This record gives sequence, C-alpha cells and structure tokens, in this order.
Amino acid sequence: MEIPNPNIHMWQGNVACAEGAIAAGCRFFAGYPITPSTEIAEVLSQKLPAIGGNFIQMEDEIAAIGAVIGASLGGVKALTATSGPGFSLKQENIGFAVMAEVPCVIVNVQRGGPSTGLPTHSAQGDVMQARWGTHGDHPIIVLSPSSVRETYDMTIRAFNLAEKYRIPVVLLSDETVAHLTEKITIPDPASIEIIDRKKPYVSPEKYLPYQIDETDIPAMANFGEGFRYHVTGLAHDETGFPTNNPEKIKAQLERLNRKIQRNRNDIVEVETFETEDMEVLVIAFGATARSARRAVINARESGVKAGLLRMKTIWPFPDEEIEKIYKSVKKIVVPEMNLGQIAHEVEWATRREKPVVRVNKINGEPITPNEIYESIISQG
Amino acid sequence: MDYLQYLRKDKMPHIWCDGCGHGIVLKSILRVIDKLGWDKNNIAMISGIGCSSRTPGYVDFNTLHTTHGRGLTFATGLKIARPDLHVIVVSGDGDATAIGGNHFIHAARRNIDISVIIYNNYIYGMTGGQVSPTTPGGKKASTTPYGNPDTPFDISRLAQAAGAAYVARSTAFHVGKMDRYIEQAFTKTGFSVVEVLTPCPTSYGRRNKEGRGVDMLMYQKQNSIGIEQAKGKTAEELKGKYITGVFVDKEQADYRQRYDEVIKKASKLNK
Amino acid sequence: MKKNAEITINEQWCKSCEICVAFCPQKVYEMGRFYPKIVRPEDCTACMLCEKLCPDFAITVTVPDKIEKSQ
Repeated sequence: MEIPNPNIHMWQGNVACAEGAIAAGCRFFAGYPITPSTEIAEVLSQKLPAIGGNFIQMEDEIAAIGAVIGASLGGVKALTATSGPGFSLKQENIGFAVMAEVPCVIVNVQRGGPSTGLPTHSAQGDVMQARWGTHGDHPIIVLSPSSVRETYDMTIRAFNLAEKYRIPVVLLSDETVAHLTEKITIPDPASIEIIDRKKPYVSPEKYLPYQIDETDIPAMANFGEGFRYHVTGLAHDETGFPTNNPEKIKAQLERLNRKIQRNRNDIVEVETFETEDMEVLVIAFGATARSARRAVINARESGVKAGLLRMKTIWPFPDEEIEKIYKSVKKIVVPEMNLGQIAHEVEWATRREKPVVRVNKINGEPITPNEIYESIISQG
Repeated sequence: MDYLQYLRKDKMPHIWCDGCGHGIVLKSILRVIDKLGWDKNNIAMISGIGCSSRTPGYVDFNTLHTTHGRGLTFATGLKIARPDLHVIVVSGDGDATAIGGNHFIHAARRNIDISVIIYNNYIYGMTGGQVSPTTPGGKKASTTPYGNPDTPFDISRLAQAAGAAYVARSTAFHVGKMDRYIEQAFTKTGFSVVEVLTPCPTSYGRRNKEGRGVDMLMYQKQNSIGIEQAKGKTAEELKGKYITGVFVDKEQADYRQRYDEVIKKASKLNK
Repeated sequence: MKKNAEITINEQWCKSCEICVAFCPQKVYEMGRFYPKIVRPEDCTACMLCEKLCPDFAITVTVPDKIEKSQ
C-alpha cells in the first residue's frame, strides 16, 4: 500500500495562511470575523488550542491588534487577520507596533472598497493603505502572495521578517488568492527556517530597549524576563522613556526607518519571467500576477516579446529590481485591481522614461489574462 | 513602607498637578503590592492615554503605555501569553468608558484575570478639561461651557452588569478603604475593578468652583456614604454624595480556566 | 524613652498642595511660604495619613519601632 505524503494538501489560500502561521511558530491569534479573511480565524480556533496555543475572538478589530501586540511583548508570536474595513480600524495600533518595535503579523485579505465595498469580491486597493495607513513617517514591510503555496511560505516569511526587524509585517493577500483552492506540497517542517527575535545578552541594568548600535535593530526582552523596561507609543529615547529632546527623537526615528532601508535587499523579493529579451515589461502582484503570467505566454506565442516582474514584496517598493530590467523595454504594463496605485510607483521608479500602460479594474472581478494581453500587444 | 523601591526615581517628580489625587491612588497600589510581596519582575502595568495612563512610566515593573482606550486589549494578549504575570491596568474615566468602553465591558464579560484601577476624575485632564462619560449632568467642562447636557456613567455599576468578578469604589481620600479594595482586587482570580474617585483641581475643580485638590478631598471626606447606608435613601438625599463600597465579590471561573478546558478538548480531538 | 516619628519632606517633589496641612489630625503641619513646615513634631502619632495622602511622594514618616528594628 502506498503511504500518502503528509506534506501534500488540497488547501484554500486562507488555510495555507493559518498553517503557515503555525509552522512559523505562531501560538497566538486574536481576530474579529470579517469576510474574506474569516477562514484564517476559524482554522486557528481549531488548531491553536490543540498545540497549546491560544485563539481569541476579540470584541472588535482594534482589540484584536492590541491583543496581538500584548502577546508578542510577552514573547509569543502573534497573528491577526482582517480585510479592508478591519484594516482601517487597526491602523493606529499598527503604528504603535512600528513605534514600539513589536514584531507581529497582520493579514489583510483585500476586498472591494472603499467602505464596506464588496465583501465577497476581490480587489487590490489597499496597497497605499498598507504603506501609509497609520500616521507619521514610518517604515513597513508588506508582502503579497500569488498562490496558495506562496501564502504558506510568505506567512512564515512574514513572521521571520517581523522577528528579525522588530516590525509589524503585513501579508497583503486578496480575495482571489485567499479563496483559491490548490493542491500543494508544503516543505518538510524540519527544513523550514524559523527566525526569532534577538535577545539581550546584557544585565537588566545595562539593557537599553531601543539602543542605537551598528545593527540598528535593538535586542528585545520579553515582559517577565527580569528587564522591567518601559514601552510607549510616545517618542522615546534609547531607554524607552518619553523624551522631548529633538536630537534623541531624531536619532530614534532615523534608526527606525534606517533599519528597514538598509536591509531592503534582504526584504525585497521579486520573481522575473521571460525578462531577458523582453520588449514589453508587465509588473504585477497578487492574484493579478497569475493572469499576467498567462498574458505574457500568450503574447510571446503571438510574437510579442513580453516579460513579467512579479512583486512578492510590495513595500519596500522593488524600485532597484525594476531599475535593473526596464531600460530596454518599449513600454511597461501594470495590471492591478485598483486605479493605479502600483502604476504610480512604477512611473516614479522609471522616471516616466517609458510609457506605463495601466490595466485597472475595480468592479470586484479579477483581471483576465486577455485584458492584460490586449494591452501588451496593443501598438497604441 | 519604602515607596521609592517601586519608583523609577529619575522620572520623578511626576507630571500630575498639585492637589491631583492620582499620586494618592498610585501610593495605594504600591502599598498593596508591597504587602502582597509580589516580585517586581512578575508585574506588568499597562495603560492607555491620559493623566492616569502616565502611571506606568513611574513604576519599576514591566510597563506598557499603549494607545487611547486600548490598554485592556494589550493586557488581554499579554495575560493570555503570560498567565504567570500579575497584569494591572490603570485607566481613567475617558480612557476606560469612552474610547475604551467596549474593551472594558468585554474584558469584564470574559472575566480575564486582570485588575483595573480606574482613576475617575470626571474629566479629560490631559487635554485640558473636556467633558467625559462620568462628568455629572450640568457640570462645566471646556466642551460643555453651558453645563453638561448628558447623564454620566456609573463605572462600578457598568462593570458589575458586564460580569466582573470584583468591583469596588473608593474615594482617593479614604486610603484605608482604597487599600483594602485594591488588595481584594489584586488577589481576586478574574476581572477586578476598583474605581477611585479622584480630584482634578486644575481642569474640573477650578471650572466648577470646587476649589483646590485639598478642598475636593475635604468634600470627599464629608460626602461619602457606604453602599449599605445608601440603601433606602432617596435620590434627593443622595444628591452630591459619593457611594463607596464593594459592589461585587464573587467566585466564577476566569478566562484561563475556561480556555484550558478548550485546550483539553482540542488536544483530545486532534490526537 | 519615647521616640517621636521622624517626618521628612522632599521639597524637590512637593507641589505645595497643602493636603498634609489640612488633614493631619494632630495639626503637625503649617503652611510655609512654599512648603509645609513641621511645627509640632512632638504631636505626631505616626498615623501615616499625611504620608498616604501626599500625592507627590514627598512626605516620609519613619516610625520609631521600625528605627529600632533596623538598628
């Protein structure tokens, strides 16, 4: 009798996210029901207590992100999942996690907006909200999966990056990928790289929770480990206590942003397809990148040398990766389920040296390969 | 007792105004912690935003100063992640019952093992004296220049209705009662609330002609009445009185005990 | 020999709220120009009310038996 491979699954994107979180070491989930992300909560409500973890459905979206930050301060990897309206509500506390440098992962399964919008339909309209949703100058990491398997891998990566850089990481999925069911083979659990936050190796008296050193990433003590430090969303100095000293505020906020900027090569991931000899560059992400790939294949069959750059990391924006490949193309096609949020960034990154053709759709329907194909082969 | 062993002395003197009762409440909290002999490493003090919420900055525990009204949400996550820690939330009337009102009633409903000390001074002090959910009707605030048209929340009754395991109210003046209530709250398994009525001379007293902090404490001394004594008295007789005492003290399974049952069931089913 | 409680006032932390002056049952304090003055220390019964009510952690009352214990 053939023994079934335990690593082969027929999973929905949201299930893969929940499973990826568990594989990453997540043992705390706090959430609030919202379509189309709810399956993540449902799966974790079943799985987490079975492995000694904790699941809690909070009273609202704000409470959910608050509980996640609290759990992370206690040393437990924590996740919340939501969609547009909930993502809006969470923004203040996402800013807190950025400011206080508390690792956590926020999944936003994008649906049509603005407002209540299209709860059961797909969209990619939260690109800029994911970047600038919370107030003030701040860094953020945003990843976007295109498949079920990638949702699994990227959830793990989101936790690893959150822990490594002490920052909230947004997994920006969309209704299409989240509700897509695919057969996938997940990696052997033992082969998965897991990163944990850097611990302090000094005595509590010498511990500076926001120390500025050569790494720009301070070591993090968990509450209850004897360090007795202060965490606040107020501007603070190396000790963690509020300060009005302009020099100290500047030093901390610069470090906060620098820790991501200087590590952007470690964070930014793109995938290129048929870009070596291309004349038309397609830049896409999320569910739309699936249609874009098909469009590129079809264009090549029609004799048009198209290529695809698929953004796996949205923020920091992959400008350097685009820079490397766009010079020789005639035009750039940017399909996205919004009115041009990424296209605008692409125009900046390429200094408007090439025509950027937008393929936009905001009616809740995914962009089809043919819609992208038409823009690739069009001479206009 | 030596309060200084619990203070971050380099952060003192604190920011609270002269005559503000917040320091009196903090002292009571520290006396109880000292009496209970808790290890400072095992105490987490969490707050939201406002005058009361500056408390954690002054004490030598694991301290967390969160966003407005959200202290209880962070505390909930921390308590679940680290059940071994004593989690204390300090909050104000606006923080706990306006912007954080939903979290307050749900933490009570959940009966999670967290103690909340609410410094109720009937005003938003930090922002300069705006009306709060506990400002009595008719009283003046910077945003009710003609008198407050709203009726106030009774925080203790609210906590009681929402399901807290322990609820008590004291004035800042009655330090003996306050110590006793805070001790009972800290040793209670489940959600415990101590509401302390505390003078805000700068933003409330001045505007409502109630004098300085010392005068407001004198008023508390002369106008407090126990729950038992208040029974049977008419609304007219109780006008301007502070009703203090223990509103709730009951044994019920807390969140941890109930979720441990979930873990047991889940572990069996998923074997 | 009877020892009196020892009262100290930290003037760096005192905010002159006069709570100690108003509520000391033995009228040990009187208000000075900026800070309370301890005018009748011999009347202090070490009831600790002033210490407990001082919002600024400025008053410390050291009780005699504790002094003896620590010696």
